[in-house]
Amino acid sequence: MNNNILLYIGRFLILVLVQVFVLNHINFLGYLNPYIYIIFILLAPININKSLFLFLSFILGLTIDLFGDSGGIHATACICIAYLRPVILRSVFGLSYEFQTVKLSKVGFGQRLAYVTLIVLIHHIILFSLEIFNFSHILLIAKKTLFSSLFSIIVIMVVLVLFRRKDS
Amino acid sequence: MQQIINFLIRNKNFLLFLLLLFLSLILTIQSHSYHKSKFISSTNFLSGGVYGWRYSINNYFGLKNKNERLLEENVQLRNRLSKLTRDTIATTYIDTSSFNQPYTFIEGNVYKNDYSKADNYILINKGEKDGIESDMGIITDKGIVGIVENTSKNYSRVISILNSNSRINAGLKRSNQYGSLVWNGKDPNIVQLETVPRQAILKKGDTIITNGRSTIFPRGIGIGTILNYELDQNQSYFLIDVQLFNDMTDIGFIYAIRSNHATEIKLLETPKVDE
Repeated sequence: MNNNILLYIGRFLILVLVQVFVLNHINFLGYLNPYIYIIFILLAPININKSLFLFLSFILGLTIDLFGDSGGIHATACICIAYLRPVILRSVFGLSYEFQTVKLSKVGFGQRLAYVTLIVLIHHIILFSLEIFNFSHILLIAKKTLFSSLFSIIVIMVVLVLFRRKDS
Repeated sequence: MQQIINFLIRNKNFLLFLLLLFLSLILTIQSHSYHKSKFISSTNFLSGGVYGWRYSINNYFGLKNKNERLLEENVQLRNRLSKLTRDTIATTYIDTSSFNQPYTFIEGNVYKNDYSKADNYILINKGEKDGIESDMGIITDKGIVGIVENTSKNYSRVISILNSNSRINAGLKRSNQYGSLVWNGKDPNIVQLETVPRQAILKKGDTIITNGRSTIFPRGIGIGTILNYELDQNQSYFLIDVQLFNDMTDIGFIYAIRSNHATEIKLLETPKVDE
């Protein structure tokens, strides 16, 4: 258990550092950045205390905001996906979630992709709506959401495959 | 009472969610209004320090490019100097810093530069202890960059011209008509000049400069050239696309402009209350 807590703290720090050091400066095609720090929320244990989880997600988003000078947009997007995660888990994994036996490294590719896609889409829609904050630019929001989501999903899936835990 | 407490305990996750949502939305809304986004800012020692660390690594990769730009600027300034005084080696040395010059320049380096978001900020490595204050103008060797918005002891945050809150007075070089410079969030090297009256005579390629109407920028700092222009819907104002002189994606070093007469000018402009 102790080991696991260290693992989560390490994951938190590494994801934040990689995000603000490297990925926020990619600007692929001029404006596309993958937001992979939400892997922390994706991989949080299923039976985690919900209040603690909400609070951690808030801190995670706020840290990214602090480095990116973006007010509170990442924090808002993070707590929304953290709050909605049980609903998404239930709809994607069905019964095996009810019995709390889901292991993301063991489920099939299709289910994992569906789970990641749903979370990333919700996160990015909230993120870019709040960033642009102007509904007359709704096409710009849609464009940014779509392409950034694609980019993020691909990078997250690759990271999940590369850093799969072998032991469990 | 019992029921209320039970309700609170039963819904504590939802209530916590609402509270955090409320907090983060307030922070978001504040970040969209000028001069209010002070709480969440990268000028604190943690993010400033981390960005400084990153800068000290990245710095080496751009040294050659930086040197060339500095040389170019030196050549320009030397040419200008030789026009002013025939003999560049002055016979008597005059210490100009003792004069009452209207503007003082402070140099700085860029720690973080955004250009892909809707509201972009730049973090520089000079702060209050170097004399930077909010509302000072920031330029590079080529043209304007933005205005200081938020300072800490060692760092300052600059609101870039690529920001939906940024509004800078700018005008034409060949006449005195002016408008305000805004950004539509699309291309980081093209900004828009609004509310230029239709009487202005425009040509593609004309130069746009700061017009010195505010105390932030002195008159005559380059901004860009006219790329395109059209009349707005009411046919009364021009909407001009301006191609920036600066490459906003590549700002290595900056100069902050301190206006030494700003307080005096502001004192004159504010109406006296007791009269």
